Amino acid sequence: MAASSRAQVLDLYRAMLRESKRFSSYNYRTYAVRRIRDAFRENKNVKDPVEIQTLVNKAKRDLEVIRRQCPLSNGIK
Amino acid sequence: MLLRAAWRRAAVAVTAAPGPKPAAPTRGLRLRVGDHAPQSAVPADTTVAPEAGPVLRPLYMDVQATTPLDPRVLDAMLPYLINYYGNPHSRTHAYGWESEAAMERARQQVASLIGADPREIIFTSGATESNNIAIKGVARFYRSRKKHLITTQTEHKCVLDSCRSLEAEGFQVTYLPVQKSGIIDLKELEAAIQPDTSLVSVMTVNNEIGVKQPIAEIGQICSSRKVYFHTDAAQAVGKIPLDVNDMKIDLMSISGHKIYGPKGCVIWVYTLWNARALMGSHSPVPFFRFGIGRFTTEEEVDYTVEKCIQHVKRLREMSPLWEMVQDGIDLKSIKWTQH
Repeated sequence: MAASSRAQVLDLYRAMLRESKRFSSYNYRTYAVRRIRDAFRENKNVKDPVEIQTLVNKAKRDLEVIRRQCPLSNGIK
Repeated sequence: MLLRAAWRRAAVAVTAAPGPKPAAPTRGLRLRVGDHAPQSAVPADTTVAPEAGPVLRPLYMDVQATTPLDPRVLDAMLPYLINYYGNPHSRTHAYGWESEAAMERARQQVASLIGADPREIIFTSGATESNNIAIKGVARFYRSRKKHLITTQTEHKCVLDSCRSLEAEGFQVTYLPVQKSGIIDLKELEAAIQPDTSLVSVMTVNNEIGVKQPIAEIGQICSSRKVYFHTDAAQAVGKIPLDVNDMKIDLMSISGHKIYGPKGCVIWVYTLWNARALMGSHSPVPFFRFGIGRFTTEEEVDYTVEKCIQHVKRLREMSPLWEMVQDGIDLKSIKWTQH
């Protein structure tokens, strides 16, 4: 399986940031944005394709979490 | 009529403004100065004008009391609250098996966090229950041969209450004082250990003042003197590295809701132990303190600090004691009259 390309990783990064900004809770929103930026920055020099794919898979799972939790936590008053 | 029109305009303005704007944190942020601050400091904003947009809530600075639930934690728990609701102890059907599998995964995660074996983890209802089990359990198990316990004066109330109730049962408890730094004196601990000491209980990180006790050294002392070592690690787990084997910790209490988990679920680690559970009492200690966590932002901290300085200055101006200090009078020399 071909490892994710740079473009795919950047798309994922943008998608995660976009979804995170929809949290209406100030604390969740700022934490999510900060954590995503820190995590991608921390791993930007990873070269091993297997490791890259593992990280990308984890990020995709976390993106799903954000997509599920955003409407849920926003909907509770 | 005029007022209502203005209110409707304001309400529309609030709904029109997009919610997420991390660049403008000070607008609409409110201060909550600790959970138990003196009433005069900041008026409690329980009466908030109804707004059409997102409800503004005070800044949360009491993270050591409890933490908000991390969305990832809620996401991990939800399936087991909605569809996978089986009792983990139901060994005969799939609902039970999948719940049990989830519980075992959780157990493994906790174990790897603190360097323990999954079989050493017990889930309880809270750090209070865990502390009670540990202290009363060990003490009563060795009741016939050992009657002495050691703890510190800065422990959590449930630990101190457990010790007090054990004293009523005939045990002897030494409450070690702390030095000015908040840390216990290791020499005093060594001197306090008697041949009939069964347990030493020292919390890893203090919930009021945040000091870290020298746990590895205490563990070393206890294991060399053959005394069990219990630590209330509620404030430490996930924040500082912990290894129950390296630090020679025999029993450890962990609190789920201090690490962005739900309330009502906690973990208790034991090695080679089997003790009865007994509930103790617990109530918060009023204290002017701040706690921050992963969801706190720099802007919140800056805002809080500014507000704090502002209000303390304001209150100080009202105080005759402050005038005396400014006149150069030493407060210790004041003779107070009785009222």
